[in-house]
Amino acid sequence: MSRQRKIALIGNPNAGKSALFNALTGARQKIANYPGVTVERKSGRMVLPSGEPVEMTDLPGSYSLDPTSPDEAVTAKVIRGEFVGESAPDALIVVLDASNLEQHLVFAQEVIALGKPTVVALNMVDLAERDGLVLDPQALEQALGVKVVPTVAVRRRGLAELAEAVAQAELRDPPSRINTLSMVERRVAAHAMADATIVSESKRHRLHSRLDKLLLHPWMGPLILFALLFVVFQAVFAWATPFVDILEGAVGVLGEGVIEAVPPSLGRDLLTEGVLAGVGSVVVFLPQIVILFFFILAMEASGYMARAAFLMDRMMAGVGLSGRSFIPLLSSFACAIPGIMATRSIADSRDRLTTILIAPLMTCSARLPVYAVIIAAFIPQRTVGWGVGLQGLVLFALYVAGILGAMIVALVLRRSLTKGAASGFIMEMPKYQMPNLKDLLIGLWQRAWIFLRRAGTIIFMVTVVLWLFLSFPRAGEGESQVDVSIAGRLASGLAVVVEPIGFNRDMALALIPAMAAREVAVSSLATTYAVAASDDDEEAQAMALGDQLKARWTLPMALAFLAWFVFAPQCMSTIAVTRRETNGWKWPAFMLAYLFGLAYIAAGATFWIATAAGL
Amino acid sequence: MTLDLLPPGQSARIVAVDWDSLVDEEARRLRALGLDDGARVTVSHRGVFGGRDPIALSVGRMKVAVRRAHAAAMEVEPL
Repeated sequence: MSRQRKIALIGNPNAGKSALFNALTGARQKIANYPGVTVERKSGRMVLPSGEPVEMTDLPGSYSLDPTSPDEAVTAKVIRGEFVGESAPDALIVVLDASNLEQHLVFAQEVIALGKPTVVALNMVDLAERDGLVLDPQALEQALGVKVVPTVAVRRRGLAELAEAVAQAELRDPPSRINTLSMVERRVAAHAMADATIVSESKRHRLHSRLDKLLLHPWMGPLILFALLFVVFQAVFAWATPFVDILEGAVGVLGEGVIEAVPPSLGRDLLTEGVLAGVGSVVVFLPQIVILFFFILAMEASGYMARAAFLMDRMMAGVGLSGRSFIPLLSSFACAIPGIMATRSIADSRDRLTTILIAPLMTCSARLPVYAVIIAAFIPQRTVGWGVGLQGLVLFALYVAGILGAMIVALVLRRSLTKGAASGFIMEMPKYQMPNLKDLLIGLWQRAWIFLRRAGTIIFMVTVVLWLFLSFPRAGEGESQVDVSIAGRLASGLAVVVEPIGFNRDMALALIPAMAAREVAVSSLATTYAVAASDDDEEAQAMALGDQLKARWTLPMALAFLAWFVFAPQCMSTIAVTRRETNGWKWPAFMLAYLFGLAYIAAGATFWIATAAGL
Repeated sequence: MTLDLLPPGQSARIVAVDWDSLVDEEARRLRALGLDDGARVTVSHRGVFGGRDPIALSVGRMKVAVRRAHAAAMEVEPL
């Protein structure tokens, strides 16, 4: 056979499809987009009992082949072989949640009616048993007319039998039964089939209904959610510190190694000042992103994330969004890029666009270094009562400013550019289950890899270009390299624009390389002020930078700089991801314009109010 | 009585749905989730902080979150 055969997993959301996919293909998976749409295509390799390798794809979870979201549209087209650039699967594995048969059999009938070689995986039979269900797979097999294999993906139960059944389904003629039932008729049939399959059912009080009583309680629920979020943020910032230190140390050692091994040259400067300083300063955020995603993936796998969306829906509805936007916005506190990619789960296109546009207003971890340096230099280290420090309070206020800004922008957008029927909130809330460690680790590895690949490509290129701008043309005798460089000249031009909001030329210069990544503003200021401290002692350098800032900036200038960073879209990668996710330059251009506009107004207002107040 | 007025914990059967009052995509999504004529539903949770939105419904062995506006389009008969 010349072509590798393809097998697709298909089923309702929450049928345990991804866990089954992981169990069947292992960790070696290819994640890409379906051409032309921003729907994730997951594929991997599986070996049939005969030794024949086949390509396994995990189709997006669907309720119906009559699509109501971009994800479902992809599934419906791929399975019918109508998706351009994607050949139809040769065989299908329909995944059913054993404890939710009545619901999942509706879609299963629709898929089986297509007449393709099909096998049914009766998945999560262990959870069904826990719920007191006794099932008869043979009865279901007779009713459906295709092979039914009970499986427990996370315990690898039934996988060999499933592979065997798939291999045989390929050899058999597709079911000849032509099914032209309507949705209502299918539902009636599903009910009958579920009844025939369920041998007995004990009325055991189920664990998850008790959990829901607590976690969805009108008062306790939100309090528990906020307490949990507090722990997550503490963990992101506290647990990550040692790992960030190790990574920073490693980048420093690498830089010294390059300086020792390579003779002084422009090439060496490119490696140390450009590549290592630029890419290194972004890679150090990996620990925070991994920790945040650990919590997000665990919340998703356990079934809690849907409850969090439920609890947040009322608040999000206030600004014209829904609970579904909560997950992407939460991710954006680590980094807007995974946040924007997570908006794919939002079915309503206007909702999704609004969420993408406000995601950069969530304070991402790249703003922290900037905030930390400025706050340490200008905000006195004293308490304002009840043990609350003034510095911490300012940091908290900057986070709140971002969230409030996002809410106001969402409110305005939903009444203007993304106006439309009030988006609803319809979401299945899956059963609670213990997250599987292996699935969590696979998910974490995939997120980390996406982040690192980005650092190695987009950020790498931008950093090199900025370094070139800062290094050419070369300064002559007695001239400052910064003044002579293209970037320096750009800064002189930019300084005219930002003068009204209190920025000086040094600040304008810091903004240019900070377009690659916000935290670069700090190192850029440090370079500009030619701090005398040795390069390897970062603490001394930061201290010295603080003293330099205090000597050269006024308090209103510093506050204006902070206000600028709350809003300014100083991140090329976010713009690039927005372009990809919205399929064009229109929305990233709008995002740039409105965020720069907001930043300009906020910084100007801060500067003039602070000046008038005599600060 | 419409579904949004059903007291929590009380079972009911959906007897009629005013599909025209809903956005087409949402109507189809609700139907795909089994919220249709004849379905047996229970309101299991509703609202946060004393509000009345959103509503968590039990449909068969599944739990589905909807907005009050969706529930208001569904005429039910308490069982």
